[in-house]
Amino acid sequence: MTSNDAGLAVPDWPTSFHTFRMPRMVGGVLYEHGHRMMAGFTILLTLGITIFTLMVDRRKWMKRLAIGAFATIIVQAILGGVTVLHLLPPMVSTAHAIVGQTFFCISVAIALLTGRKYTGEVERTAVDRRKPSLINLTLLSVLVLYVQLALGGMFRHKGMSWEPHVFNAAVVAIVLTWTSIRVLSYYSQVESLKRPAVMMLGLVMVQLCLGFISFLTKIVWGRDAVQPEPFMVWSTVAHVAVGALLLATAVVLAIQAWRHVPVLGEERVSKGVKAVTA
Amino acid sequence: MRITVFFCSILLLVALSACNSKSESTSATSQPQAGLTPIDPATAGSISGNVKFSGTLPKAQQIDMSQDPACGNKPNFDESFVVSNGALANAFIYVKKGLEGRSFPAVSTVAKITQQNCRYTPHVMGIVAGQPVQIINADQTTHNIHPMPTASKQWNESQLPNDQPIQKTFNKPELMIPVKCNQHPWMRMYLNVVSNPLFAVTGPDGRFEIKGLPPGEYTIAAVHEKMGEQEMKVTIGPKETKSADFAFVNSHGVEPRLQ
Repeated sequence: MTSNDAGLAVPDWPTSFHTFRMPRMVGGVLYEHGHRMMAGFTILLTLGITIFTLMVDRRKWMKRLAIGAFATIIVQAILGGVTVLHLLPPMVSTAHAIVGQTFFCISVAIALLTGRKYTGEVERTAVDRRKPSLINLTLLSVLVLYVQLALGGMFRHKGMSWEPHVFNAAVVAIVLTWTSIRVLSYYSQVESLKRPAVMMLGLVMVQLCLGFISFLTKIVWGRDAVQPEPFMVWSTVAHVAVGALLLATAVVLAIQAWRHVPVLGEERVSKGVKAVTA
Repeated sequence: MRITVFFCSILLLVALSACNSKSESTSATSQPQAGLTPIDPATAGSISGNVKFSGTLPKAQQIDMSQDPACGNKPNFDESFVVSNGALANAFIYVKKGLEGRSFPAVSTVAKITQQNCRYTPHVMGIVAGQPVQIINADQTTHNIHPMPTASKQWNESQLPNDQPIQKTFNKPELMIPVKCNQHPWMRMYLNVVSNPLFAVTGPDGRFEIKGLPPGEYTIAAVHEKMGEQEMKVTIGPKETKSADFAFVNSHGVEPRLQ
């Protein structure tokens, strides 16, 4: 939608052209109203998941997470409305992008934490004696990705130049590669850690390439384009999508590191969980 | 209970902000200026001239309008550079300096912008601050009109086919305000809001004429959406006609940006 410059194709909210009827789905309306329809469907799905979790799952924190997912998507919808009504202020549009990806990460976390593999898996704990610890590295990965998301959002919504986003890409690449290599070097026997680490490493490379292509199509070649070019649209959308996937992968890795690799002296180890020094 | 109150407060805030943004989209009328000297038509002169373009001319891009069949199938080209035999169209010429202390009658003529075949006509327009502007939708598709001034508040309104024209005023002088349509992202025109009616927009022949200038020394400027602004000093005597020619050169093959 943003790549197609269609964010304001429907000036009102929550109605579209002051009605809840389906508008003519042409031009920018196809993207803007289509986005609203997808959002409505996602809200309904999330409501269903939340109710189901509250009814079925016995874990108290899981119920809270499901309620958190529903609250996040409601905040996201409100931010979407505010950004349209205030003509896309960069801060609000960027917040909309950040909360959107946060909701995606929560959804992925719910899928992971309610999956048969996770609930039936035996914790293979390895005590982490290294500095910084793996859990801290994974949390740092999530943090730098959030910073990158905020910088990218500000650039995408014309609130900042492209330079900070491009320079921070180097920081992201270093931190994420460091985290992945730490996992692959010391915890490759733990499949639940190895898979997201390999995926994160692969996605970093794909994302750097997509970032470079997006830079070319949007800033170098597309600078004076009279309308959004399909190649620019596809490359920037792919860059945003892979960015979201990368953030979700980092969150999954953090969850798995917390589960499988507690730091030395942590309560979980002292409680008698069988610890294996890596 | 607390969560319900929190969400109700957020919804109330959004509703209030929506009402607020709507009321701000209607502009106030311009204030008459006191203690200023009116122009005496008996001594007024004029400035006329040409705006030329030389150097690398970027190829006009053809617009793909296939995403909305109601836009028609007439070929539509980017109007950033309309050059014919070296003459540059769509340059806005105005009096940058020299008319301070002068008063002008309020302009009540309605300036018209038409959306037809998914393009704005004219591509470049000048108005006096406070002058009414009417936007007409002559297409059988919905448009949204989205001017993006920096000196005053932006607004964005949709206009359905056969809707009544939208009438607005712009009260703060500002040059080259982009006016967009987000439903048809190629649609773009530029609105120039100035404090006096002494301005012109070059036609396809690159010519312009500004009539009704009192004797004096002026800085005349030509501004183009891509090539930026040029200015020159012109002195005119009583009933005198002076010429002022501008030449924009694109020497590096790279499109300069509007400053």
